[in-house]
Amino acid sequence: MTTSGPLLQVEGVSKDFFGTNVLSDINFNLEKGEILGLVGENGAGKSTLMNILFGMKVISSTGGYSGQILFEGKQTSFKNPLEALNSGIGMVHQEFSLIPGLTATENILLNSEPTRYNFLTELFGPRLSTLDRYEMQIRAIAAINKLGFRLDQDMLVSQMPVGHKQFTEISRELDRKNIKLLVLDEPTAVLTESEAQILLKSLKTLASDGIGIIIISHRLSEIMDITDKVVVLCDGKIIHTSKTSDTTVDKIAECMVGRSGVLESSKAHAQKEQAQKEIILKVENLWVDMPGEHIEDVSFDVIRGEIFGIGGLAGQGKLGIPNGIMGYFESGGNVYFSGKKCNLGNPREALDQEMAFVSEDRKGVGLLLDEPIDWNIVFTAMQTKDQFLKSYLWGLIKWRDSKAMSKVSKQYINELEIKCLNEWQHVRQLSGGNQQKICLAKAFVLDPKLLFVSEPTRGIDVGAKSIVLDTLRKINKQKGTTIIMVSSELEEMRGICDRIAIVDKGKIAGILPADSSSISFGKLMAGVGETL
Amino acid sequence: MKHIQNFIIDFGWARIIIGLFLLSLFILAPVADVRIDTSISDTVARFGMACVLVLAMVPMIQSGCGLNFGLPLGIIAGLLGATCTMELELKGLIGLSFAMLITTVFGTIFGFFYGKLLNKVKGSEMMIATYVGFSSVAFMCMMWLLLPFKNPKMIWGYGGSGLRTTITVEGYWLHVLNNFLSFRVSESFVFPTGMILFVLFMCLLIWGFFHTKLGSALTAVGSNPDFAKASGVDIDKMRVISVILSTVLGGIGILVYQQSFGFIQLYMGPFYMAFPAVAAILIGGASINKATITNVIVGTFLFQGILTMTPSVMNSLIHTDMSEVIRIIVSNGMIIYAMTRVNKARQKK
Repeated sequence: MTTSGPLLQVEGVSKDFFGTNVLSDINFNLEKGEILGLVGENGAGKSTLMNILFGMKVISSTGGYSGQILFEGKQTSFKNPLEALNSGIGMVHQEFSLIPGLTATENILLNSEPTRYNFLTELFGPRLSTLDRYEMQIRAIAAINKLGFRLDQDMLVSQMPVGHKQFTEISRELDRKNIKLLVLDEPTAVLTESEAQILLKSLKTLASDGIGIIIISHRLSEIMDITDKVVVLCDGKIIHTSKTSDTTVDKIAECMVGRSGVLESSKAHAQKEQAQKEIILKVENLWVDMPGEHIEDVSFDVIRGEIFGIGGLAGQGKLGIPNGIMGYFESGGNVYFSGKKCNLGNPREALDQEMAFVSEDRKGVGLLLDEPIDWNIVFTAMQTKDQFLKSYLWGLIKWRDSKAMSKVSKQYINELEIKCLNEWQHVRQLSGGNQQKICLAKAFVLDPKLLFVSEPTRGIDVGAKSIVLDTLRKINKQKGTTIIMVSSELEEMRGICDRIAIVDKGKIAGILPADSSSISFGKLMAGVGETL
Repeated sequence: MKHIQNFIIDFGWARIIIGLFLLSLFILAPVADVRIDTSISDTVARFGMACVLVLAMVPMIQSGCGLNFGLPLGIIAGLLGATCTMELELKGLIGLSFAMLITTVFGTIFGFFYGKLLNKVKGSEMMIATYVGFSSVAFMCMMWLLLPFKNPKMIWGYGGSGLRTTITVEGYWLHVLNNFLSFRVSESFVFPTGMILFVLFMCLLIWGFFHTKLGSALTAVGSNPDFAKASGVDIDKMRVISVILSTVLGGIGILVYQQSFGFIQLYMGPFYMAFPAVAAILIGGASINKATITNVIVGTFLFQGILTMTPSVMNSLIHTDMSEVIRIIVSNGMIIYAMTRVNKARQKK
């Protein structure tokens, strides 16, 4: 083993996926026994970087990468994760890769079990040798002890709380004798406060044994606590590298959200008339059981006529808020719309109260992909408000009024610049941006008092993006529609919203005026902000 | 050329090939000493008899409940309608109308519970539906013996109780629809105007239904249930409505069938009725969650055409009687073919 030189050197690594630059010119070093914190927003390129390091198939199948990686001074390019493991790199993924039906011990030693000879091996080879249960116990306990966490080695993974699963996963990496580099992707995301403390402490111990550690996290306080060095990624570039002791949370937060703290002055909303501050939507103690986007206890007020933004990192629960209020997922708590209490859990009731929702799940919930455009645009209005129907026989027959449908569809096709052959084209054939515009048109036809838009610009091109945002602004100004916009694009929200709430761990971390500095938003997202 | 290409894509290669095959059978018919007018007469009559049964597929397909393999349940409603009416000695057009009324009542009740059941097994409707059909037939096998019918034309001659396996409708409503406004085209081809008109009227009704608010909601449920739910539509209710419609249509379909066929077939009669109807609508170009009236008409015509023509032409050509064998091969073969096509369409998505 070489004694001099850094453990890991990343030199000029770039990667593009089909022409889009995901990583460009990444350089950093990691010494033995050093803890490096890798931070950045969702989509900044952290996972791609780790995939490259591990030789994941996604990378080679999309054309490989440029630049070079030196591990222990030797240039390496792992062809698959197994090679990386054998050279002494361990990885703890955000998603657990454990087998639920096995115990902690069995999981920790999976595929590296100590075995004993039996006669069947003569016939069928070593795959049929007997497991040495006693030895397994000893090794598992040793690995667990390295962590300093009391984990029952005989417990089934399926019966463990999430924190224990996380520790099992880490123990598994630690069991390898030659482990030199350990990469942890958001290890504390699922842990409780005290568990996280134990984990961080044990990481420090491991580092003092000479293991290099890369930790990916968006909890800046942890990063500040345990790392020696911080690398901030933004849009695929390293925009900040420094010794942890030389930097501050503020500085990192600012780098993370990118761009400088200066706002464009073109904001139309700057001084909105808020003479009558009537509260249109009052949310108290809302909980929503939406898989992957849990909301635990959220309260906020929305003022009539404003554009209210809800931001936060993916998986923290921001999407749960509109989905819960509109009744798409099970939810509870008190929600008052225009002073009236809403019955949660029924989309029809929310629609009848003149709330509308443009879902983030365009293809799943937002559209009838195999029906024509005009159907998509008017269907909700037809069902809930009896519009676009002609009545015959004293209302007994409600006939679809295709002329009216065509007319209103054409109007929106022009207004939103939807690119299509005609209003009868099937929605599946349209591009993402045009589909999104149809979702908006569908909501506009309802003429709602309160409009939820969820991730309105996700996955659509720049041109469509600006049309979507302009239209939202226009509808807010002209019709006075109150808009609640949920988005991962903080900068976009700051351009259009009046106030922005940041959701973290299923709770609101804080609500700030849109023109607050990016630093304060960054800190709220990172869980170190001062609550207002 | 472009027009022809578009037509082929619109109409589908499968239908064009089957259509050409059918055409070639008609051309071959005189060579094989099969009278062409008899063939056409048979095809038209069978088309009329089967069309409403195929139409019974449409509501359930449109609402996403899949193909109505539980058609026997609807047919049983029709059989109950027919037997009850005969018990009351109602004859002619009045009798048939009354039978349809009773069928609608039974069909609604059966369909309601059938629909409730299908709502509990979302995702595997078609398999459950098959067994609903089969088990309802088995249950009725007992009931036909036990129900207290008294009309001597229907019950077994010896014991004096229990219904016969086949009951003739002669003297009741045999050919009442067929003979309405019918005209003779040639020696052995009488066009069953009344039946065809009635069938088209039913098609028109269903076509109209899918142009109403309720029909639109049903279509949306089949197209994307999550979308429908988000638009405030009660998915389960829509599905039950579609199942009721399908069941009632199945019942009315068998009444149309009987008045032309001449017999009410009880006991195992309805057992295999679902498969030809399923095959027909799939050949017509329907998928598992989209079907139109055009699919019904084109599919029924092609399927019944081939089913009438293949055995008679083949028999004459090879001089053995294997019409039943050929019929089974053709009808089941078509189901297999149609099902593989459906899956392919799905994979493309």
